[in-house]
Amino acid sequence: MKKIIEVIHLSKVFGDNKAVSDASFSVTEGICFGLVGPNGAGKSTTMEIVEDIIGASSGEILYKGQPRSGSFREEIGIQFQYTSLLNFLSVTETLSSFHKLYQQPEDLGLLIERCDLAPILKRRNDQLSGGQLQRLLLALALINRPRLVFLDEPSTGLDPQSRRNLWEIVRHIKEEGKTIIMTTHSMEEAEYLCDEVAIMDSGSIIAWDTPVRLIRTHCQGSSILLPETAFKMKLDDLPFVWKRHDKTIVLETSQVHEGLNTLLNLDIDLTELAVHSPNLEDVFLSLTGKGLRD
Amino acid sequence: MKFKRMWAMFTARNHEFFRDRAAFGWNFIFPFLIIVGFGLIFGSKEHNQFKIGIFPGESREMGVENTVPPAFQQGRYLQFINFPSQAEGEQKLQHHKIDLLLDSHSPAHRYWINDSSPNGYIAEQIFLASLVNNSEELAKKQIVRGVQIRYIDWLFPGILGMNMMFSALWGVGYVVVRYRKNGTLKRLKATPLTPLEYLSAQMFSRIFLIMFTIIVVWIGSNLIFHFQVHGSYGALALIFFLGGLSLCSMGLVLAARGTSEEFTSGILNFISWPMMFLSEVWFSLEGSPVWVQSIAQIFPLTHLLTGARKIMNEGATLADIQSECLILIATTLICLTIAARLFSWNK
Repeated sequence: MKKIIEVIHLSKVFGDNKAVSDASFSVTEGICFGLVGPNGAGKSTTMEIVEDIIGASSGEILYKGQPRSGSFREEIGIQFQYTSLLNFLSVTETLSSFHKLYQQPEDLGLLIERCDLAPILKRRNDQLSGGQLQRLLLALALINRPRLVFLDEPSTGLDPQSRRNLWEIVRHIKEEGKTIIMTTHSMEEAEYLCDEVAIMDSGSIIAWDTPVRLIRTHCQGSSILLPETAFKMKLDDLPFVWKRHDKTIVLETSQVHEGLNTLLNLDIDLTELAVHSPNLEDVFLSLTGKGLRD
Repeated sequence: MKFKRMWAMFTARNHEFFRDRAAFGWNFIFPFLIIVGFGLIFGSKEHNQFKIGIFPGESREMGVENTVPPAFQQGRYLQFINFPSQAEGEQKLQHHKIDLLLDSHSPAHRYWINDSSPNGYIAEQIFLASLVNNSEELAKKQIVRGVQIRYIDWLFPGILGMNMMFSALWGVGYVVVRYRKNGTLKRLKATPLTPLEYLSAQMFSRIFLIMFTIIVVWIGSNLIFHFQVHGSYGALALIFFLGGLSLCSMGLVLAARGTSEEFTSGILNFISWPMMFLSEVWFSLEGSPVWVQSIAQIFPLTHLLTGARKIMNEGATLADIQSECLILIATTLICLTIAARLFSWNK
């Protein structure tokens, strides 16, 4: 598969602060690539260097195997985490203004339909809700029919419904064969949308693979969760490694099916059973020993 | 450089300006109020230039003659203000509220002046001259021939130029810094738009708005004051257009970098206030030190106003103001090039 972006030994220093430290990764064309990690991990800085918004202190970025040229901006679309638009313009006027900036822009009708902007076309930019603004910003990122789309924390600040709507739009973009590079601190979002994930912490890439392989490599087994009252026997007699969280007993097992059979044989009440499969957050905990939202 | 991209930014900025009703309204009201205000103050035929205090005011004592010379009482440009006591008059004189204080009942013509007041000195000379009989025989009066220019005719281009300067520097410089701070420019950087295209669009948008404002203010003010324009309106429009471009491009240089609105505000004040005072907006620099006049030549507003006044008051043609035009064009090109070179989209 062709590499659309290659990041080679990238570093960025702001004064005494090393925001990005020797980061290297590549993105295959047509996939959704996620840069995940906690706030301040260096995701947005890395992204902005790749977008050519800020310069690197050292390292190299290749686009389709070559240094980025003048046509790079015609072929990429960016949705920034923090951005502002002209306040007194309507959604229609904003789309129209950006439409004129590109040589081969997208059909506006199609874009309006895809990003569900029809109900808010006449509304001024400063009168949009968070979800509406994010949809408009996403439409602007897609207005030039980009081959490569950058989404920086696209769902930050959105309510669950707006977030789900946004995810569906992003999935449709991916289905069209566009490459997406996104940053997020939401592991749920990364697992839902990304084909490959690079985990960043303190400016460095600490792991990079598909979500499934990352979980398989760094987290063994699952956890079975039951209330303490479900057990009518001594917990030390259980054939599991276990730990207590408040009034919940967490049983570690490599095979959920076998673990459940064992519990049934021990006549344990499974009415309030819950099973926790490891996720990217567990991967991060496993790699760094600290929580993502510290 | 793509015209389509420039046009997109030009129209977007115009939409924003016309919809920001507060800023839009103020751009018209501010110059109009200043012109009307100054017209009312200085436009009357007998504008009183010097204020003469007289005591004791209305309370005339029986048998005491008013000793103020009749020639002085009938003098032009003098306003007489009565004070009940000498102390009150002196207090006003100390604070430059009046230029000269007279004892109206003193046969010796006692008077007081504030020695640090230039107006006081002149008022004193007028007063002393009024005491001399047959002063006409000492000097021969001649009246200047040709069209007499009212102060409001001289001032009007200055007020328009000043408004243009503030509109250009703040409307371009301050706004671009604000856009940089809130991330609007960063969003535009992600597009193929170049700094030169963006800055040119900002400049032409502002000059379009400035010219529109000038025309509206001109028509409104002209209905009241009936300004005299001895040259062509076309030449006048051209010099204002070139002056506006030059001032806008200067604003772009100031806004090329930086995200602090407070700092930019300070810089804009640092530039605009000396430019306002040294470019002969309010008063002529004739007779001021050569170095002051040399500094004034740095400012585009000086050349704009020189050209505009030549056209309005002297009937100058385009050929007569070609040096002013060339300086304004050169300033625009230099400033725009520097701004495009220095320009930064993000923090």
